[in-house]
Amino acid sequence: MARSFMLLALAVAVVGCAPVDNTASTTSASPATSTACTKEQLALINPGKLTIGTDKPAFEPWFKDDDPSNGQGFEGAVAFAVAGELGFDRSEVQWSTVKFDSAFAPGEKQFDFDINQVSITPERAQAVDFSKGYYTVKQAVVAIEGGKYAGAKSLAELKDAKIGVQVGTTSLSAVKEIIQPADDPNVYNEQIDAVNALKNKQVDALVVDLPTAFYVTAAQVENSKIVGQFSSTGGTPEEFGLVMEKGSALKPCVDKAVDALKSKGELAKIEQQWLGSAVGAPELK
Amino acid sequence: MSDLVKSERQLQREQVRRSYARRSTSIATASTLVFIVLVVWAVTSSPGWPRVRETFFNAERFVSAWPDVLSGFLLNVKIFLIAEVLILVVGLLVALARGIKTPAFFPVRALATLYTDVFRGVPTILVIYLIGFGLPALRLQGIPSDLATLGIIALTLSYGAYVAEVFRSGIESIHPSQVAAARSLGLSHAKTMRFVVLPQATRRVVPPLLNDFVSLQKDTALVATIGPLEALRQAQIHAASTFNYTPYLAAALLFILLTIPMARLTDHLAARTRRRRGA
Repeated sequence: MARSFMLLALAVAVVGCAPVDNTASTTSASPATSTACTKEQLALINPGKLTIGTDKPAFEPWFKDDDPSNGQGFEGAVAFAVAGELGFDRSEVQWSTVKFDSAFAPGEKQFDFDINQVSITPERAQAVDFSKGYYTVKQAVVAIEGGKYAGAKSLAELKDAKIGVQVGTTSLSAVKEIIQPADDPNVYNEQIDAVNALKNKQVDALVVDLPTAFYVTAAQVENSKIVGQFSSTGGTPEEFGLVMEKGSALKPCVDKAVDALKSKGELAKIEQQWLGSAVGAPELK
Repeated sequence: MSDLVKSERQLQREQVRRSYARRSTSIATASTLVFIVLVVWAVTSSPGWPRVRETFFNAERFVSAWPDVLSGFLLNVKIFLIAEVLILVVGLLVALARGIKTPAFFPVRALATLYTDVFRGVPTILVIYLIGFGLPALRLQGIPSDLATLGIIALTLSYGAYVAEVFRSGIESIHPSQVAAARSLGLSHAKTMRFVVLPQATRRVVPPLLNDFVSLQKDTALVATIGPLEALRQAQIHAASTFNYTPYLAAALLFILLTIPMARLTDHLAARTRRRRGA
């Protein structure tokens, strides 16, 4: 008897907590008339504040000193520039730590937009909204100077290399689709693990995006060099975009801000300041 | 005995019992059904359900991730099959080392104690990290470079410590009179262990041992931290490229399919032990 009573109680509890729409206020997106992009009319997570998400640790050259709020580093600067376009001054921007994996989880978000070197792809766009691209990415290969693959002139020469790459990146798909190595690549949780594997000689080469490659060779691994960058292999170029919740009412405004920064030459200026060195790596075909 | 005739009263008694059993079975069935229906209804009619279904239960994503996840899973299976054998050996040796009372062997005993203390205390993922990145960094000759091998070493070190304690508790559960009897028959310490204590101890610790192995099977996924493409990593790669969590579900399904038979076997063995003890 006691058992069936417990079941009943459980059932009651389940009914009690179920389908009540407690997100009504946030999901009823205002029919975004794209002109209403003043600060007061934006649907924000925290009223009056622009909440921007990124992962921790935040790496150079994208951020500086692992502190997004200082506005330094390429993405730090872009984030504050976008915030400025939307009408927020620096004190009205707050940062929230968002793991890459949870940036696309369903349910309530902890950010208005997320900036984390996320490449725009059609598959991903089914799950989240992307802003217009703010940076065009190229992938690059890093190896230890004097190593077997340091002198590679083409992607074909890298086929037999053991390659290290960070999980969840488009670098990984580039390795699989473009280099198509004979051996499975080693896939690491964090960029720093991949870098350590290169130092340990557990991998022959790393594949990362070009600005990261410059940082790896300049600051993280002694005696390493950029073997080369992937030539863009036709199709649409790979771009980084700001991530927003699917169906975000903010998207038209963020898009407008990115467009404005582009046409004013502001984005190019930021890129020159923080990623200026990222030119002139030889192309691998 | 076969021509035993049941009395009228006994037959009545059995009939009443049967009807009670029927009644409680049907009540249990009905309430279970009601419970399931309520849960399903509560989940599927919640406002976020369409989005959750799309993100976690997408058939198309499941199918496209399945081959990679499955091939990764074979690596998990390989890792734990090899690791389980090694763990049994390490665990047993360490447990025996801790049982040696001869003063001259104190260093061996101390080392065994230190080993169990350290490796039971350190989270498995850290052991994998230290072995996976630390050993190759030594740049010694003969250090394996294969990531699965490094993972197996790390898991063996970590789980060997747990299993050593399981074995030790089994050994200590054997009544001292057994040892005394064996020694008085003229058996040496080694022979007493081998012929009297260990056979009984091993049988007693089979259920907790299998429990540790279920845990180990899941922890093979931690080996992904040092780079090889096992099931969970393959799922993660698919999830990251599509921003959809369904591939994790595929991996979860494979792990469940593996651990459920193991769990039932543990239950079965435990029940058998109880029966044998006449409980």
